[in-house]
Amino acid sequence: MAILEAKKLTKIFGDDPKKAIPLLEKGWSKDKILKESKLTVGVNQAEFSIESGQIFVIMGLSGSGKSTLVRLLNRLIEPTTGQLLFNGSDVLRMNPEQLRQYRRKHIGMVFQKFALFPHRTVIQNIEYGLEIQGIEKKKRREMAMESLKLVGLSGYEDSYPHQLSGGMQQRVGLARGLANDPEILLMDEAFSALDPLIRKDMQDELLELQTKMKKTIVFITHDLDEALRIGDQIALMKDGSIVQIGTPEEILMQPANKYVERFVEDVDLSKVLTASHAMEKAETITIDRGPRVALQFMRDRGVSSLYVVDRSMTLLGLVSAEDAAAALKDSKGLEDVMQKEVPITSPDSLLNELFEMMGNAKLPVAVIDDTGRLRGVVIKGAVLAALAGNGNSLLDGGDSE
Amino acid sequence: MNLPKIPLADWIESIEKWLENNLGPLFDFISLIIGGTVNGLDDMLRGVPPLVIIALFVVLAWFLGKWKMALFTLIGLLIIENLGLWGPTMQTLALVLTAAIISVVIGVPIGILCANSNVMQRIFTPLLDFMQTMPAFVYLLPAVTFFRLGVVPGVISSIIFAIPPTIRLTNLGIRQVPGELVEAADAFGSTPLQKLFKLQLPIAVPTIMAGINQTIMLSLSMVVIASMIGAQGVGEYVYRAVTQGRTGVGFEAGLAIVILAIILDRLTQKVVQRTEKKS
Repeated sequence: MAILEAKKLTKIFGDDPKKAIPLLEKGWSKDKILKESKLTVGVNQAEFSIESGQIFVIMGLSGSGKSTLVRLLNRLIEPTTGQLLFNGSDVLRMNPEQLRQYRRKHIGMVFQKFALFPHRTVIQNIEYGLEIQGIEKKKRREMAMESLKLVGLSGYEDSYPHQLSGGMQQRVGLARGLANDPEILLMDEAFSALDPLIRKDMQDELLELQTKMKKTIVFITHDLDEALRIGDQIALMKDGSIVQIGTPEEILMQPANKYVERFVEDVDLSKVLTASHAMEKAETITIDRGPRVALQFMRDRGVSSLYVVDRSMTLLGLVSAEDAAAALKDSKGLEDVMQKEVPITSPDSLLNELFEMMGNAKLPVAVIDDTGRLRGVVIKGAVLAALAGNGNSLLDGGDSE
Repeated sequence: MNLPKIPLADWIESIEKWLENNLGPLFDFISLIIGGTVNGLDDMLRGVPPLVIIALFVVLAWFLGKWKMALFTLIGLLIIENLGLWGPTMQTLALVLTAAIISVVIGVPIGILCANSNVMQRIFTPLLDFMQTMPAFVYLLPAVTFFRLGVVPGVISSIIFAIPPTIRLTNLGIRQVPGELVEAADAFGSTPLQKLFKLQLPIAVPTIMAGINQTIMLSLSMVVIASMIGAQGVGEYVYRAVTQGRTGVGFEAGLAIVILAIILDRLTQKVVQRTEKKS
């Protein structure tokens, strides 16, 4: 179920913002409206629906309206028109008290430059949201400590923010956002101010936290790699409008227009494509067949080895033509001659990890899903083709699984 | 061109008359509060032996600053005592502290209002400019009309002259709180008062303290002028020395004011630095 849903959510800056709405509906561009009416379009009729438990990434270059859009979601910036439904109730109709409750209980926020209160210690920062709700001191301290532990900073509770590194400060920011256990967490370029290595760590940790806590996260970024790494859904913004919404693969493989295409053309595909995109159909034989059948199969299909599986496609091993021939001579079964050590990987592993693995392996890599079933095989050539940017055909192949 | 002169002086005087006739009880009430505060402080400062007060100041200086400041405070206050100016200096201190306390009580809330509303800021900025640049002597006349002679009109004119820095710097201090922090406080659902007391004021404290420091210095600069309308204290000695042409006496009294000024300035500056360090 959608936890947060925006309908024609619009923000116009200027003296008489309502004036621009009919112009937007006529489809005028941001530039044209600015020229004709001196009004600036912040967010233009944004439509999206965020599922509970999703990481929804809003991506765009600076000035695209993404930071404005995220602030419309907790009304730090008051939308001009439109609807915003939180679990079905309209956020824009809340009175100040209801809005405060919404912000206190349901929607947390993490800021780009951390925005920690310099006069408060780490733990006092984290418990701020609880303190203003009037939760008594002992209880809120406990909750804040729990949150601090979650981000791995136990022991720093009495430090002041300026005593911590950037990465640590943002962990505190994250802990503060999580302390009152909101359903939704807004993250406004939360990792953009961190250096690249720390940033990657934080992304990993966020994904880990996400699996544990099942929050709905709205993540703003200008970095496509980051968006592709953590997003379940990505909304791409330009000039205040959402240009395309889709999964990372959809954005990459089926760009909605030239803008998206230009945006994604420099993406390092190896960090996005997974084994399931590059894999091919595996040639298999069930274990109860004899070596003679195996050799016949290989001849028919023009291959020199077969994966041995049981009837439910669970991978058991690999048999080569030499193995089969030897088994035939000694009248043995396939299970006696097959190689049981076969390189395997999961459908979700990224091609760049796979590439390293394949560098020193003679055999292709078998792709095994969670239940142990053989889904396909990745050969070196396919990985290279994917990395060369020939992604479209791969995606089609990958989706047919 | 022979336009008639605008009768500004007449207007002002009729406003003064009207206020005097209609708001008399209000002025009496204000007079009661201010007079009470000054006299209370005065009794306190002069009720205990000078050495006790000196010791208190030295300890405070030691606590806030270093031994150098404590030493200066000790020697300075002993000189004042030695010159026989202890009593009037304490009267002056009572006047200055009263003006400063009332300036803070009135000025900080006005500063907060200005910080939260551009309209208020636009109204107060020219008003504050006016208050600071109008020659301070001019305040004496209406002050005497409304509050009669004595220490109260002295305090009132000191407040008018000295309150602007507190208002300005409170406004500035709150406006300087980084937008992201204010956003964070809002994003977690703070009420306006929670935001003010838990974020804006604590962060603005060093700036506000700098304003209070200036307010104290300005009201100290008013003590001689205030003595012209009967405010007692060391300013009275300066004023009398000037009218009688006695350079030596004037210098002694002036020195007492300088010593008091330096001590108050350094002490409040140390408070500013301490609050800065904290935030």
